[in-house]
Amino acid sequence: MRFATLSTTFSNIYRLGLKELQSLRADKVLLILICWAFSGAIYTAATGASQELRNAPIAVVDEDQSPLSRRIVGAFYPPYFRPPQQTTLAKLDKGMDSGRFNFTLVIPPNFQHDVETGRKPDIQLNIDATIMSQAFIGATYIKTIALGEVNEYLTGTRDATETPIKLTTRVRFNPNLIGVWFGGVMELINNVTMLTIILVGAAFIREREHGTIEHLLVMPLTPFEIMMAKIWANGLAVLVGVTFALLVMVQQVLKVPIAGSVPLFLAAAACYLFAAASIGIFLGTLARSMPQFGLLVILSIIPLLLLSGGVSPRESMPPLVQHIMLGAPTTYFVRLAQAILYRGAGFDVIWRDLLAMTGVGACFFTLALLRFRKAVTQSQV
Amino acid sequence: MDRVPVAKLAGVSHRYGAVTALEAVDVSLPAGCMVGLIGPDGVGKSSLLALVSGARQIQTGKVEVLGGDIGERRFRASVQPRIAYMPQGLGRNLYPTLSVFENVDFFGRLFGQGKREREQRIAELLASTGLSPFRDRPAAKLSGGMKQKLGLCCALIHDPDLLILDEPTTGVDPLSRRQFWELIDSIRARRPGMSVLVATAYMEEAERFDWLVAMDDGKVIGTGTPAELRAQTGQTTLDGAFIRLLPEERRQAHHELVIPPRVDDGGVYAIEADGLSQRFGDFTAVDRVSFKIERGEIFGFLGSNGCGKTTTMKMLTGLLPPTDGAAKLFGKAVDASDLETRKQVGYMSQSFSLYGELTVRANLDLHARLFHLSDDRRGPRLTELMQRFGLEPYADKAAAELPLGIRQRLSLAVAVVHEPKLLILDEPTSGVDPVARDEFWALLVELSRGQGVTIFISTHFMNEAERCDRISLMHAGKVLASDTPAGLCVARGQPDLEAAFISYLEEATGVEKAPVAVDPEKQAKMEVDRSSNKAGPSAGQSAFSMRRLLGYAYREALELRRDPIRLAFALLGSVLLMFVLGFGISLDVEGLRFAALDRDQSPESRAYIQNIAGSRYFIERPPILDDADLDRRMRNGELALAIDIPADFGRDLRRGHWPEVGVWVDGAMPYRGETVRGYMQGMHLQYVQQIIREATGVETDYPVNIVSRYRYNQDFKSIYAMVPAVIPILLIFIPAILMALGVVREKELGSITNLYVTPVTRLEFLLGKQLPYIVVALISFVLLVIQSQLMFHVPIKGSLLALSFGAFLYVIATTGFGLLISTFTTTQIAALFGTAILTILPTVSFSGLTTPVAALEGASYWIGQFFPASYFLIVSRGTFTKALGFADLWPQFIALACFIPVLTALSVALLRKQEK
Repeated sequence: MRFATLSTTFSNIYRLGLKELQSLRADKVLLILICWAFSGAIYTAATGASQELRNAPIAVVDEDQSPLSRRIVGAFYPPYFRPPQQTTLAKLDKGMDSGRFNFTLVIPPNFQHDVETGRKPDIQLNIDATIMSQAFIGATYIKTIALGEVNEYLTGTRDATETPIKLTTRVRFNPNLIGVWFGGVMELINNVTMLTIILVGAAFIREREHGTIEHLLVMPLTPFEIMMAKIWANGLAVLVGVTFALLVMVQQVLKVPIAGSVPLFLAAAACYLFAAASIGIFLGTLARSMPQFGLLVILSIIPLLLLSGGVSPRESMPPLVQHIMLGAPTTYFVRLAQAILYRGAGFDVIWRDLLAMTGVGACFFTLALLRFRKAVTQSQV
Repeated sequence: MDRVPVAKLAGVSHRYGAVTALEAVDVSLPAGCMVGLIGPDGVGKSSLLALVSGARQIQTGKVEVLGGDIGERRFRASVQPRIAYMPQGLGRNLYPTLSVFENVDFFGRLFGQGKREREQRIAELLASTGLSPFRDRPAAKLSGGMKQKLGLCCALIHDPDLLILDEPTTGVDPLSRRQFWELIDSIRARRPGMSVLVATAYMEEAERFDWLVAMDDGKVIGTGTPAELRAQTGQTTLDGAFIRLLPEERRQAHHELVIPPRVDDGGVYAIEADGLSQRFGDFTAVDRVSFKIERGEIFGFLGSNGCGKTTTMKMLTGLLPPTDGAAKLFGKAVDASDLETRKQVGYMSQSFSLYGELTVRANLDLHARLFHLSDDRRGPRLTELMQRFGLEPYADKAAAELPLGIRQRLSLAVAVVHEPKLLILDEPTSGVDPVARDEFWALLVELSRGQGVTIFISTHFMNEAERCDRISLMHAGKVLASDTPAGLCVARGQPDLEAAFISYLEEATGVEKAPVAVDPEKQAKMEVDRSSNKAGPSAGQSAFSMRRLLGYAYREALELRRDPIRLAFALLGSVLLMFVLGFGISLDVEGLRFAALDRDQSPESRAYIQNIAGSRYFIERPPILDDADLDRRMRNGELALAIDIPADFGRDLRRGHWPEVGVWVDGAMPYRGETVRGYMQGMHLQYVQQIIREATGVETDYPVNIVSRYRYNQDFKSIYAMVPAVIPILLIFIPAILMALGVVREKELGSITNLYVTPVTRLEFLLGKQLPYIVVALISFVLLVIQSQLMFHVPIKGSLLALSFGAFLYVIATTGFGLLISTFTTTQIAALFGTAILTILPTVSFSGLTTPVAALEGASYWIGQFFPASYFLIVSRGTFTKALGFADLWPQFIALACFIPVLTALSVALLRKQEK
């Protein structure tokens, strides 16, 4: 008897899931959206917005007009910098205030003469520190370039400092610090989160509005079966998208090398899909209508995306935020995805995160299950 | 017909995509009387009424109303104050959160009436409709009948010459229905010149109209007075007359329905309900309902919409646990988790609740499988059902494409796929034409009499109730009486069921007859008052009226205030997101974990590590044990930086042998990696210079000093940069979404009709709706500024006044942007996500938030130039961090101000004043 009910449950989940896939296939708009999210969207996000220095607007006040000063000015060129604009001390503030220049370099009179006679003249570098992503890196580049030019002018070599300790810096996991490597994969994770929550939650609400879920509930089916069917079917659709995005978009098109095991990542992604889909249904049981669901989604997805460590590192957030975010599955998924894909971590490294993520997902699933019947039957009242 | 027609249609056709709603209709509707359109759902009645009212755009043909071409824009504008239109659906053009008074008052404002005039008219209308005691009750909490009376008040506020009512009494209880028609009669007695145009699905109502238009499948199939129609077809009832008027092939299938008498099989009960109650909060939907249904019986529930029929049925199916009382199915208590009982029950809910995207066969197959019909039984069962229910011709069609009647047959087939012993059917024939309804009933009779299936059915049609073995009359959650239809008539001494029901209702509600007492003298005076009002410059026809604009603004503000979810999103949403973005997008790289693999363990190596550990950016972790440990701890992301100090580091350094320190940086997050590398090189250099100075006393230095000044943000803390940048994002994101939702909501809920059929202009509508959202956005701006001061401690170095003025211009532009989006979206969900994407993407990528505008190229640059956020970002950053004021920011103010008229003009141009 026990075995019989178990097999009935599996068969029901399987049947309902197949129906879910058929419905998905009939929804052309949604299909196009899914295809875009796992192809074009990843490409544009990876190659478009980057935190690297590009075309930084720089201006120079050259009061020396000597060969050396002109040599320094000439050393700034694309792709890192726009060709420097010549300006005057009087116009400098205005230009920085309005954001036309982010960096200005002031070379004083008699600069070349002072350098040659060893008087160590000052070059003033103004940095617009409101552009956080470029300010620090840009300043480092400008210093290195300016010093290199002066050294080369004096000694013929760019690196003139000799130190008693040599420093060899090597960057692991992304030796050339290419932004696309990071952006492409993080966009993939963001899209998985967004699509799964919206897809499953909206499907739940749509079926509730049409009365089809209610219809299922008067048949010999349990809410557990109905929810599991939604999760596996929609999860499968997203997982196919993830696989495509990883193998074709990330590896082939964007040429990002994947350090770890792709099957391990996909298995972890499947667990994450369960968690995200549970959140989707849970939000669906909270909202009374589709527009309300939309507002709820916005208020919950933005924190999930921004605070999970996929945009800026977790350690630079306040401790309180870090603790709260341990209740979100996305935090674990971002961490383990970075570990597997960039650093080649294996199961022995990520299992704790995997367990925690699935546990959080199970909590949301249970919450949704508890609210399920009430949300379905009272929605039309 | 000797009078001038009130409306004349010539060659009018109307299509929705592939569906034809009206096909070459030619008809003249006589003036000064009550004209009825009869026919089932979906035959084109509503489309015809919408065309006559001017709410819908004419596709082909010509429609003349009140002596002019309603297709012509100027004539329409001039004639609209003379027409009133009440669309289909209970209270569809009303505002559910507004009170009775506020609803009527809003319509008064739209017709440009002054405060005194409005109050006088509303008092009079509410008195004559009996709504005065409910003046302050929200429309959502009115019963169906009261909602329709309120709709009538709203329609009559401006004394129209043509009143158009689209199925005003569908789903309303018979007493309210009678009161409604008495009300119409008394209004017509007062204003004999008024023409009334009504659509109805109840044939018995049509008897009281002066002139009828029978419609079927987009065509007019007969016109004339009720008596003429009956005479033409030789029938005694209008129902019969209508069926005779149908084309031959539709009629063929129709046979007079005969219900064989039930053989009583000894009173075994299929359903026993004992004191069932259901309360939602303080609202009692079902109040102590008890009844018993015998096996094989057809038992009916008769009552209006919202009287508790559906809720009772849901309790019986186990969908809804009762608050009180008990129900038994086949002698067993109803239990939501009991799957066995469910196998004996078939349920058909009120609306079509099968999967529209699946074919007929797939729907049947899915349900057969879910009921676990064995493989060898399933095939024959499906064939049998499709044959008996006449579904074979549609087997491979998607269920959504079927006509309503067929769809209901499919629903019934699905409900009986597992051969249940009990069928619970919730208004299965609502909206189905009489022929299809009789066919449906024939199936029910076969199931009941042929197979002994117990049928529990609810309906609001009297003639259907008469077919049941026994019925219960329901009203306001209570069962008024239960008996055979004939028994109920006898008990009340009434000739028919309708009269019996009304008599029960009157007893239950304590109303004898709706008193429509209006003092004739007083009324005459009012008429005079009104005509004097009308003689003045009619505000109804002016090109722009501040009163109408403010009417919309006032109403929108009331609605927003009463919608807790939207209001919370508007005010708390921005504060929450500011918190998330302010703390979340941190570009500060600090708190970095590092560890050292010290193979030397000398004082020198320890000093080197100490130098790094002392920095505010790095946190030291336990030392690395060996190469494998280093690899593992970098792989799991614990370490952002690992330092490898070789053996003999100290000795080599002392001997001047230039030892080499290896450093590993985690590059997985490139921005962080780049910064870590920079920090590390800087600290290394400093340390080296220090030991040289200590050893030799010589300053090693560069030939030039580069003096860096981090301007506007001396501490170089991310928060000082983020807060001024987040405010522009939030002030476009949330106001634009709310604004777009505000307009699209009206499209979805149907109240946009009021824009189509009243004299309000598009500009008044848009600006009126925009005003409250500008105010909300300004409140949220104030909250954000307070938050920036108290939570983030980011000082405003420049002029607060300049910032506020910029924000004022900016939110007008951003709400305008939301309006623009609302003009081309039709569903709230599309408006929501469309607006989210269209505001976030350009704001984050092209407005100078991350990449300075000057660094952008091509399309990105131009999008940034034509996006208001670019300018307000400069204002926000300028006033917060750069100490700027009005004198510095005037070009930005001018740019922001330019967006306002452009966005408004575009929205006006794109908004439709008629439905397509």
